[in-house]
Amino acid sequence: MNITVELLEENMKVTGIIKGEIDAFTAPVLREKLAEINLSEDLQVELDLSGVSYMDSTGLGVFVGFYKSVKASNSHLELTGLSSRLKRLFDITGLGEIMDIQAAGKEVKIDETV
Amino acid sequence: MPQEFKREYKNILREYTLMQNEQNLYEGQNFSKQLIQKNISPEDVISIHKASLEEIMPDLPSNVSHSFDLLIEVMIHYGLALKEHQTLIKKQENIKMEMELAANVQKTLLKTKVPHMSGLDIGMISVPAKEMNGDYAYFLSDETNLGIAVADVIGKGIPAALCMSMIKYGMDSLSGAKTEPVIVLDIINRIVEKSVSDSMFISMFYGTYDSINCEFTYASAGHEPPLFYCDKSGSFKELQAKGLLLGVVPNVKYEQHSIVLDKGDFVVMMTDGVTECRSKEGFIEQQKVMEIIESVKDEPAQVMVEYVFHKLEELQDFEQRDDFTLVIFKKM
Repeated sequence: MNITVELLEENMKVTGIIKGEIDAFTAPVLREKLAEINLSEDLQVELDLSGVSYMDSTGLGVFVGFYKSVKASNSHLELTGLSSRLKRLFDITGLGEIMDIQAAGKEVKIDETV
Repeated sequence: MPQEFKREYKNILREYTLMQNEQNLYEGQNFSKQLIQKNISPEDVISIHKASLEEIMPDLPSNVSHSFDLLIEVMIHYGLALKEHQTLIKKQENIKMEMELAANVQKTLLKTKVPHMSGLDIGMISVPAKEMNGDYAYFLSDETNLGIAVADVIGKGIPAALCMSMIKYGMDSLSGAKTEPVIVLDIINRIVEKSVSDSMFISMFYGTYDSINCEFTYASAGHEPPLFYCDKSGSFKELQAKGLLLGVVPNVKYEQHSIVLDKGDFVVMMTDGVTECRSKEGFIEQQKVMEIIESVKDEPAQVMVEYVFHKLEELQDFEQRDDFTLVIFKKM
């Protein structure tokens, strides 16, 4: 059981690449790493979960906590590359409705309002 | 330091300076165990060494003798660190005892009694993965109505246990088993949202069964959908209802649905400890869980839940990773 979190920062965008399993043992690592992100207004945060093979409810807790602080600071969070299992987890919990999530293998949505 | 220790050490040292053999070293090891037991600090041990050596070798060069004073000085901090370590061990023992006490209080406080309801057969099992259970099943009942809640607190240990008490008392404050599921979830969501930390939340499924028209009305706050088994068609169906987890935002719209149960139909409510089971070959699929349940569908509900638990435990090589809760109620 292991996890790697890689954060890339450029201009007003932070991209995080998360790989491995997110459970009660690895969740604290992820939480700490996400806390390093300096949230500010209009900052775009994209977390790529395509390398995540397993996530349990503790992992979900980390994302909910992070989502709350993102919202409080008026930044924006997007989760991408979700496997069907992960997608189901977000859908069942209702988080898929309030958070911006993209399943793996789908084309990136084009913003039509621009 | 007692005189006998000094004497004993001097003897061991004398033997060893004369003859460097294993036996003497072994005696030294045993001696150190006694010293530790009597809480004798490292700097005191060096003092004995110095005094003994001076007695054994009267011609010891004075600079060698002085060098021990320096060593004593250096060792004082080790002695302090050791004392601190011992205090910590004691503290840890106390905490562990308090944890056990808390777990017992939780068990007593949150003890769930499965109610009797005419025409309904109810079975329940809830097994924690660690000392404290993050799952919770609770029943409310009057003559004709039964309220059933299954909840999973995300975040484990003591905070999760405290959270569970909130659910229990939130439910006890309701006017009875008749209260509509969407209202129950809304009330509990407001309680939880105000009180818990950012990364803690609860998934909960709540339903009420009306024994007069055999109708089960339910709503879900981000919980694993229960399975409904229709005896006539011999098939399972997920009881889906949209709704966000408790404790994320204050105002949530929950969906409410209902089904009617015929004789032999049953509803399986569970936590993700059931659906997220993993064996060596990977996840145990929902299909497999359904097959296990169906194979005992004619048994009493309590026998069913216990069978499913043991079967899944076996498939996971008896390594339970998550709290496991299963409630089955069957129309008789």
